[in-house]
Amino acid sequence: MFLETKNLTKQFGGLRAVNSVDFSIEEGKINAIIGPNGAGKSTFFNLISGFHRPTSGQVIFKGKDITTLPSNKIAELGVARTFQTTNLFEQSTVLDNVIVGHRLRTKSNLLDAILRTKRLKAEEKQCKDKAIEVLDFVGLTHVAHKQAAGISQEEKKRVAFALALATDPEIVFLDEPAAGVNPDETEGLAVLMQKMAEKGITVCLIEHKMSMIMKLADKIMVLNYGEKIAEGTPEQIKNNEAVIKAYLGGSAIA
Amino acid sequence: MAAFFNQRNVIALLVLFSVAFPFITQNEYFLHIMTLSFIWMIGVYGLNLLAGYTGYLSLAHAGFFAIGAYSLGLLTVKAQMNFWLAFVLACLITSVVGLFVGLIALRTKEHFFAIYTLCVGYIIYLVIDKWESLTEGVRGLIGIPAPSNIGPIAFDNALSIYYLVLTILLLVILVVYRIVHSLNGRTYLAIRNSEDLAQTIGISTMKNKLTVFVLSTFFAGLAGALYASFVRFIGPDIGSTAITFDLLTYLLVGGIGTLSGPIVGTIIIVWVSQQLQFLQDYRMLIFGPVLTLLIIFYPRGIVGGVVDWRHKYQEKKNRKLSVNSLVKPEKQVKEG
Ligand SMILES: Nc1ncnc2c1ncn2[C@@H]1O[C@H](COP(=O)(O)OP(=O)(O)OP(=O)(O)O)[C@@H](O)[C@H]1O
Ligand SMILES: [Mg+2]
Repeated sequence: MFLETKNLTKQFGGLRAVNSVDFSIEEGKINAIIGPNGAGKSTFFNLISGFHRPTSGQVIFKGKDITTLPSNKIAELGVARTFQTTNLFEQSTVLDNVIVGHRLRTKSNLLDAILRTKRLKAEEKQCKDKAIEVLDFVGLTHVAHKQAAGISQEEKKRVAFALALATDPEIVFLDEPAAGVNPDETEGLAVLMQKMAEKGITVCLIEHKMSMIMKLADKIMVLNYGEKIAEGTPEQIKNNEAVIKAYLGGSAIA
Repeated sequence: MAAFFNQRNVIALLVLFSVAFPFITQNEYFLHIMTLSFIWMIGVYGLNLLAGYTGYLSLAHAGFFAIGAYSLGLLTVKAQMNFWLAFVLACLITSVVGLFVGLIALRTKEHFFAIYTLCVGYIIYLVIDKWESLTEGVRGLIGIPAPSNIGPIAFDNALSIYYLVLTILLLVILVVYRIVHSLNGRTYLAIRNSEDLAQTIGISTMKNKLTVFVLSTFFAGLAGALYASFVRFIGPDIGSTAITFDLLTYLLVGGIGTLSGPIVGTIIIVWVSQQLQFLQDYRMLIFGPVLTLLIIFYPRGIVGGVVDWRHKYQEKKNRKLSVNSLVKPEKQVKEG
């Protein structure tokens, strides 16, 4: 398995936000996590990306136990993520926002900066080239020099993708990538995620927009009150009794 | 006109002015005030690197300034050490103390960090004030030697010390400039923007914050050591929180997180205070409200205000251009 969680549990005081979740992600596929508000989806991401320490359970990435690693080390291993709310540096240009995303692949230190060494110059170019490359990939070349404050919501979502991609990830976790954008733009973001998967990057996303998930995902996990209540292909999920019950008390998923 | 006010030009202009200053005025007192201003600027640059670029507002900087000053004083006066060796050691001692303070202080954030460092600063002041057997307490440390000769250059007059301090200030500015305009600088800005986001893109926030913290205490110590050898007499008061807030005022007026802010703010406040000296402590009746207004309307100080104004001006020009020629403007204003 590419990435898997075993018995993953997170307790916040008296609340079990994530409760003994076993989940596995296949390489190169698009995986989705759905569930009602407060089901524990974001918390599940936070546990995998090292943002919160799980109360118990394990996260295993390519056979390595990463449960207790700090988030920056997990990023170094090739696990990237975006946040539910995009927080860009608004006063900077889009390009400047993304350049720092490749910093983790560089080595130059303070002394390199003070002495302006060859290594620093080479690595600065490397970061900039990377930023240009990923901005092109997400289709934002035309706004690269605009201030982040002046771009649309959908473009901000794409910048967040670009920032994650700049870290050279093998897997990206996207927390509600299409929240707050219109249907046309949602379609565009879906195409982008497919493009990422085609490029060999494993995708795992949280989303509320069912029609998009059903078209896009290879595999879906459903969380409810912190527990996994179903897992399978979109077909299987659509017809799952427990899932239908969890959503709107019985009406079928569109 | 707008392009003329970019920070590089401002710095170049100020450098020219500073170099020529002793020729413009023969007034020893003015030279003294300028030298002192340069020393404060070095401390303010240290504060700026930390507060302006990583977003951690340290209120312990007068403490570190005092550690630098007292280290130099004690090593030269009591241990009879060679001046330049003592000078280097003073900076290192300050940085080492900074390292240990930073290791603990940086576990806190925002106002907790400010309060914690405020306490640390006060403790440093108390230690200096009360540890009489070492520091001579309130009596102060007298007879600190002026910098000893470097080859043929002697520092036995105000002019040579002026140029020595200026040279060191320029080196500090160069170092800060290079750091800020490198991947490291970008890393610090990413931390200021969002520590969570920085951490998820693989940045070790603790390591980076600690590096900047130590570096900023190094600058504070450097300023302190220069101060001790310039004024030749130090008392515990140089470590008081009042000095921290002076440094902070210089930074806020000039522009936090800007490259030339420390120069602009220090020069303006120091000279304005000089002019208003006849008002004694009532000066604060003027400074207080002006500072408050400045922070409300120009949170990034004078330099930040000019930069923003330049942005707007440029945008307006770009808009006009695009209306006239129907091409998309690509010209960007480079920010310092
Ligand atoms: N840091 C925290 N401390 C305490 N409780 C938390 C914390 N983070 C999340 N929770 C709680 O855990 C539960 C799950 O939250 P989570 O954000 O994971 O839900 P979600 O499935 O992502 O919901 P949404 O669809 O609204 O984003 C919620 O009840 C939330 O209040
Ligand atoms: Mg969520």
